[in-house]
Amino acid sequence: MTRWAMVIDLEKCVACQGCSIACRFENNTPAVSPEQAARGRAIRWNDVFPFPVNPTEDTGEYPNVKARYMTRPCMHCENPPCTKVCPVLATYKDEEGLVRQNYSRCIGCRFCTVACPYGVRYFNWYAPQWEDPLALRLNPDRLESRGVLEGPAVRPKGVVEKCTFCIHRLAKARARAEAEGRAFRGDEYVPACVQTCTGKARYFGDLDDPNSTVTQLEKSPRAFRLLEEVGTHPKVIYLREG
Amino acid sequence: MLAIDARDKEKIVAPLFRTPRAFVLLVLILSALVAIGVAAYVRQVTLGLGVTAMDRPVYWSTYMVNFVFFIGISHAGTLISAILRVTGAEWRRPITRVAEAITVFALMVGTLQIVIDMGRPDRLPFTLLYGRLQSPILWDIVSVTVYFLSSITYLYLPLMPDAAILRDNCPSDAPAWQRKLYIVLALGWRGNHEQWVRLEKAIAVLAVLIIPVAVSVHSIISWILATTVQPGWHSTIFGPYFVVGAIFSGIGALFLAMTGVRKALGLESYIGLRQYRNLGLLFIAMNAIWFYFTYAEHLGIATGQQVEEFPVLASKLWGSFAPTFWVMALAMVAAFWVLVAPLLVPAGAAKVALFRPRLALASASTALILFGILQRIPMAPTLAALDTPNATTAAWVGVIVMLMLAGLGVAPWLKARPVTATAIAGGLVLAGMWLERWNIILPTMTHPRLIPYAVYTPSLTEILITVGSLALFTLLFVVFFKFFPSVSIWEVAEGRVIEEARSKIVVPAPEPSEAGWLRPRRFKL
Repeated sequence: MTRWAMVIDLEKCVACQGCSIACRFENNTPAVSPEQAARGRAIRWNDVFPFPVNPTEDTGEYPNVKARYMTRPCMHCENPPCTKVCPVLATYKDEEGLVRQNYSRCIGCRFCTVACPYGVRYFNWYAPQWEDPLALRLNPDRLESRGVLEGPAVRPKGVVEKCTFCIHRLAKARARAEAEGRAFRGDEYVPACVQTCTGKARYFGDLDDPNSTVTQLEKSPRAFRLLEEVGTHPKVIYLREG
Repeated sequence: MLAIDARDKEKIVAPLFRTPRAFVLLVLILSALVAIGVAAYVRQVTLGLGVTAMDRPVYWSTYMVNFVFFIGISHAGTLISAILRVTGAEWRRPITRVAEAITVFALMVGTLQIVIDMGRPDRLPFTLLYGRLQSPILWDIVSVTVYFLSSITYLYLPLMPDAAILRDNCPSDAPAWQRKLYIVLALGWRGNHEQWVRLEKAIAVLAVLIIPVAVSVHSIISWILATTVQPGWHSTIFGPYFVVGAIFSGIGALFLAMTGVRKALGLESYIGLRQYRNLGLLFIAMNAIWFYFTYAEHLGIATGQQVEEFPVLASKLWGSFAPTFWVMALAMVAAFWVLVAPLLVPAGAAKVALFRPRLALASASTALILFGILQRIPMAPTLAALDTPNATTAAWVGVIVMLMLAGLGVAPWLKARPVTATAIAGGLVLAGMWLERWNIILPTMTHPRLIPYAVYTPSLTEILITVGSLALFTLLFVVFFKFFPSVSIWEVAEGRVIEEARSKIVVPAPEPSEAGWLRPRRFKL
């Protein structure tokens, strides 16, 4: 079995937001106007934000700030709260542990966005739009069959979308291995954010493979997961700073 | 040919074949409001849900509040009328029809809110085609559908003999289609013994079965929130808390509706003080239970001091949701007082100078002015503690004392007008319960774990659709009672027979008179 997982070393992360930008172009996430973004409608499958998110008396004030930066893709939880509440199976965890989202099934009830404690799910308040040069250079990749539309495919308005661990890249890597007549190896595919990471802070691989980098790093004493107390068992593992 | 009492014919049947100008005007106004709401919705569907004020993290807002509110009101009816039927409360007879109609229309408008809230309403059939029974939304679809179908049956069954009565007692100038409507709805009712036995049996069975259905409906709505892990929602008491709130707001809606019907059709001889008094007692009890639940819920969060949950509570107590939270609390206290005061105040109280409406008005305005001044003084939450007595604390005490004086002052005025008092209480509770749903859904939505805290103010689209929904509910209610009797004719007639038979039995102790509402028992010292 395969369980795709990501390790993010916060010691190496420089908060350059390169992962966020790479994700945007890889997955055709529309850029919204500054007014819409100010209203909390920006879509960032991979977000970089100050942590803790809301300043408290513990985080301090400039220049004595104790806040850090956190980068956050979808956690692809082992026990995802979002898939459990979906009324129509538009979101589900597949056999490789990826939490997937089918845009042609989603009814836009936003129960999953409410249920996710990490806030990784985004809703298309309007139909997505791109400025002209961008509109001509969208990523053509998509996962599509009857009643299924996934991956970087342009989303219709009124549906929920989220990080897929670049599932179209996995499909392409699999297809290549098959075309070359050999077995698919776990290190043949990484999501765009891992590929682009400036500080090489991100690692990707199979948690069920005892020799993969992520399995080795998971054992580190620095390893922790976000909001472990809510019982979601995320497959994104962070390595603590310091 | 079914006979009808002359009193019923004049008071209940005759208005069904008249179209007064006020009715036309009311329907026109309501239709206009509904049309504006529909226009706002069409715009929302065309452009996307972006025209609302929803965002990340406020993924659910006004529509969800409306949904919970309307489904809550729907408990007015069926649940109350079913419980009263099962327990054989004789006084229920004139108000069951109104209660059952509220249920059906509130369910229609409530369910509509979910469709309005959906990003892809065109995919609504997916919930049936691909429905996952593990999702609380599917539980909701199942329970609301069962409740709707059984409520509509429960409204229709007692309506059948009435339709037959109308069929047989149509005035000669009644329009043909209206006559036909009653013929079809009467389903060939002849009123023979066998038919009565079957009808009574069906109603009795349905009344028992509908009670668990009604309880399940609002429990499941609460579980949509409580099954998530979000701060403030993940609570075990949400199920009973929501059911109690639903019955509470249901009685409030029933108070307003029955007062409206009573006024509009002049049904004083049917819906009397007895109905108001008895429902009022039920209302007072529900109010107390509601307060108990609210207190228990918030106490748990306050003393738990969880890092994620406490900001939700803090926003209600002194943060951005303080206005809606405290207005809610005040509305509920006022509703309680409006019904309890007339029972406590002795008859001669109006002679005491303290009990004057003028004084009440004066102290209420003083409280308002004091409150206005206090709003200008910034207050840290820690100062709310009473260990630092200062002018601010004294002023807050002053506000509370003035409000209590106002409450005492209006008591005899309320005592003299039991129907008005009850309608006021009903209105206060409807407003309070809408705010309660708001105070449950929005503070949690705006205080998530890993998203910056947000502020939400509804957009014009949401306000117009909310107003349109309220208008639609009223419109359905008004139009329904234009064509169907607002008081169950046969049930009231049956009640008269029972009453008459009872009056022939000599009972040693006399029944409490109608004036019992006005003359409460005095405590002997």
